[in-house]
Amino acid sequence: MTVTELQGFLHGLPGVDQVGAEERAARLASRSIKTSAKAEAIDLAISMVDLTTLEGADTAGKVRALCAKAAHPDPSDPSVPKVAAVCVYPDMVEVAVRSLEGTGIGVASVATAFPSGRAPLEAKLADTRAAVAAGASEIDMVIDRGAFLSGDYGTVFEQIVAVKDACGDAHLKVILETGELVTYDNVRRASWLAMRAGADFIKTSTGKVSPAATLPVTLVMLEAVRDYRAATGRQVGVKPAGGIRTTKDAIKYLVLVNETAGPDWLTPHWFRLGASSVLNDLLMQRRKLSTGVYSGPDYFTLD
Amino acid sequence: MVFEYAPAPESRSVVDIRGSYGLFIDGEFVDGHGEPFKTINPADEAVLADVACADEADVDRAVKAARIAFERVWGPMPGAERAKYLYRIARIIQERSRELAVLESIDNGKPIRESRDVDVPLVAAWFFYYAGWADKLGHAGFGPDPKPVGVAGQVIPWNFPLLMLAWKIAPALACGNTVVLKPAETTPLTALLFADICRQADLPPGVVNIITGAGDTGRALVAHPGIDKVAFTGSTDIGRQIARTLAGTGKKLTLELGGKAANIVYADAALDQAVEGIVNGIFFNQGHVCCAGSRLLVQESVAEEVLERLKARMATLRVGDPLDKNTDIGAINSAAQLDKIRELSAASEQEGAGRWSPPCQLPDRGFWFAPTVFTGVAQSHRIAREEIFGPVLSVLTFRTPEEAVTKANNTPYGLSAGIWTEKGSQILWTAQRLRAGVVWANTFNKFDPASPFGGYKESGFGREGGRHGLEAYLNV
Amino acid sequence: MSERMTDRLAVRKTYKLYIGGAFPRSESGRSYPVTDTKDRFLANASHASRKDVRDAVTAARKAFGGWSGRTAYNRAQILYRIAEMLEGRRDQFITELRHTGASKTQAATEVDAAIDRWVWYAGWADKITTVTGAANPVSGPYFNFSTPEPTGVVAVVAPDSPLLGLVSVIAPAIVTGNTTIVIASEPAPLPAITLAEVLATSDLPGGVINILTGHRTELAPWLASHMDVNAIDLTGVAHEDRRDLEETAAGNLKRVHHPATTDWADDPGTARMTAFLETKTVWHPVGV
Repeated sequence: MTVTELQGFLHGLPGVDQVGAEERAARLASRSIKTSAKAEAIDLAISMVDLTTLEGADTAGKVRALCAKAAHPDPSDPSVPKVAAVCVYPDMVEVAVRSLEGTGIGVASVATAFPSGRAPLEAKLADTRAAVAAGASEIDMVIDRGAFLSGDYGTVFEQIVAVKDACGDAHLKVILETGELVTYDNVRRASWLAMRAGADFIKTSTGKVSPAATLPVTLVMLEAVRDYRAATGRQVGVKPAGGIRTTKDAIKYLVLVNETAGPDWLTPHWFRLGASSVLNDLLMQRRKLSTGVYSGPDYFTLD
Repeated sequence: MVFEYAPAPESRSVVDIRGSYGLFIDGEFVDGHGEPFKTINPADEAVLADVACADEADVDRAVKAARIAFERVWGPMPGAERAKYLYRIARIIQERSRELAVLESIDNGKPIRESRDVDVPLVAAWFFYYAGWADKLGHAGFGPDPKPVGVAGQVIPWNFPLLMLAWKIAPALACGNTVVLKPAETTPLTALLFADICRQADLPPGVVNIITGAGDTGRALVAHPGIDKVAFTGSTDIGRQIARTLAGTGKKLTLELGGKAANIVYADAALDQAVEGIVNGIFFNQGHVCCAGSRLLVQESVAEEVLERLKARMATLRVGDPLDKNTDIGAINSAAQLDKIRELSAASEQEGAGRWSPPCQLPDRGFWFAPTVFTGVAQSHRIAREEIFGPVLSVLTFRTPEEAVTKANNTPYGLSAGIWTEKGSQILWTAQRLRAGVVWANTFNKFDPASPFGGYKESGFGREGGRHGLEAYLNV
Repeated sequence: MSERMTDRLAVRKTYKLYIGGAFPRSESGRSYPVTDTKDRFLANASHASRKDVRDAVTAARKAFGGWSGRTAYNRAQILYRIAEMLEGRRDQFITELRHTGASKTQAATEVDAAIDRWVWYAGWADKITTVTGAANPVSGPYFNFSTPEPTGVVAVVAPDSPLLGLVSVIAPAIVTGNTTIVIASEPAPLPAITLAEVLATSDLPGGVINILTGHRTELAPWLASHMDVNAIDLTGVAHEDRRDLEETAAGNLKRVHHPATTDWADDPGTARMTAFLETKTVWHPVGV
């Protein structure tokens, strides 16, 4: 495929009407998930969390604490599922891998000069290789938004292909940074671009740009993976990241998955929630359901 | 995994349905002199209440009460004071919104999500909007000091019982008229609750009179010589009868009647939103919508793809208990309506159209009809011409914009239409050519008190909503 | 009609119908004599039949798309052109009106008023939308606007005021894009057919105005019942005949106009235009 064909393809995708997409997302968000459905949704959401710390101040100690939380979110209740993965910077991968050994929890690493991606391709690839070499099972790369917005789809495509190659067996999540793409048309095009370049997952945001994940953006991305599978047979995962803070938020995303891409995506294998603070709220709501009493933050660990 | 939503029923405890209801005349609930009738919950066929039936003498009393209130109180009252009554009513509707929504869903069968998020908020908005006109009528473009018509006789349907009441009563009262309103016999309860709201608002007696009953009551009302203006929303056949009844009387008449709206999807449409629009167009309120997009006209080059997406989307529709907060499609309003939908659907199958419904479990009791799509429908099929007023979509195709417009307009109706395309000039080109009173482009089934609504051709005449909606209630 | 000259016999005009821009005789072959107020024979007017009604409706429907699709500016130009042509025939119309009983001054006043009425309505073509349309501030991310559109094919039973009354009912119907079938005054139909000659030379597309002469009570019910007529103006109908026609008109829910006042010298206002307008409201989302 030539760059011209790629551009023709992306611009030939059906448009997204902003008002209609937001209305649809809002309507799905008004679903009422109660009792047994809520309990099921909370456990599912916990199992989909990519527990994340991406701070300049991250230390080995911080990462170890996070990993302990990932394996046993609620130490007082062994029935709580573990999270899907821990997400850290490349230099913390080794610590995380060691801490999570034997838990079955994945280690995801952001790479490619996260979050801006403003580095030479060689640096991005080196970043990726280092994370993989340190044991990361998943790589969360950022696309070159500047290239995308200037219409240089070829560059974006080739970089994804190169990073995918550098990933080896590690799963590649491609972060679109939808807050910088701004329009839903761009989100749809970037989703298809990433999928066609080989992404295993498409992810909304770095968490460093506002707005991060939103329901309508995720809706558009879920439509993209649904349509991509219908067209190619290959299934691609979706990961909203950033801004998901409450159980209510998390459940809205699950409803969105359920009624847009469908139940096939309702597993940690195909859907992740990039978040950190949401975990404690999920635990708190979970305890409310089992005890019938509202709990408080003192009863859950801050890591 | 399969994500089952547990039942999430809205509590019924907020409503208090009495065993029997009288007529609301001159500020009091009084007995009717016709044979009382029962109103039932269409979702389970349980009897909700006995409702009084107004005979001719009752109609006469109501009209007289309205006349006296018009001449002595409401007509002479300054617009600014009328406005405050209407604002007060709007506020009480907001305060009692949950009660109104639950009662509407119980009596009508519509999903609570719609009565809660669409009907009742619009009802409050309608009173709020027209309240503001009451003291500004001289600025509405109908002369410096336009006068009310007098007593309005209003007959409304069962599909949006409270909303249609608001569409009728709010502008009438704002303009200084008094009203006698007859709700549909299958859905009288929210109108009677509205009567209680009028009392809470201290609305002077006789300004709003609610009389219940069936066709005979309605006929007596529109034929009553003391009525100055008739407003009707309902079927085209009844609209014709009313027009004949009023022939030669010189009385004002507005009619909002049936429709067979075309929803045109061009190949370049934003397909996901178009599919939502198709679904919203025909399955909103079980398709009991005069402006429902019951004829999907899809450009042949994308017909297959649209249909595939539509079917997948239809499979996610949740049919069932109207009070469940996750229900998308509730109960058909009555056994009679269900029969009509079944009859026309069966006829369509016989005419050779392909019938499809998603797998869905319908409750045993009550009146239910699965969301249905008919493909391969031709313009000559009955289902493409007759209003079905149910959750049944006909799919037709077209090749060129000219053909789309020709097919869309090829109906005696002209209430509404939809257009889906990302090309702005094509929207305007199409909208200009569609002979319909409301055109939704890249959206569907949107309503607002500031937006005039009403039909061309046999869909009736006159407009409700906006500045235009005042004209029916002013002596201009 | 013209004065008998001593040296030659005047050439009389045959008064025919005006349908689809042509001047056919009634398909029925019938005519009826028209006399002046002193009962002197003026001419034989065509006595139109139901089939002429049918043909006129067909012509009006055929013309509707083109006429309503013209720009308002263009319709204004054409209406103004009609005024120009009428002005050029001012003396002829004065003569014709005098045959209907008007004094010379009355006739001149009426012709002048009729010319001026065309001018008045011509100016409305590109203003009525501004005055009756609206941008509606709905509560949501939508642009919402309402525009008036012509109702379609309008049947007009013209009053007996043979020129000013006639112009006053036709002009407001067509200026907004409607097309019409007009039943001219039964006792004084001749100015209507002479007006048709003006229309035929004014760039007005054929079929926009179709003029029938004959018996109102015979023709009006066919128009009232015709399912391809969208509206009917009963101005020239006797009060006692209105009820039946309105009942008939309900068959396809025609818009019925029956004004109370008939003083053609009054300021016409906008009511005759708005009577044959529909309001179309268009919604569109506002987004990126």
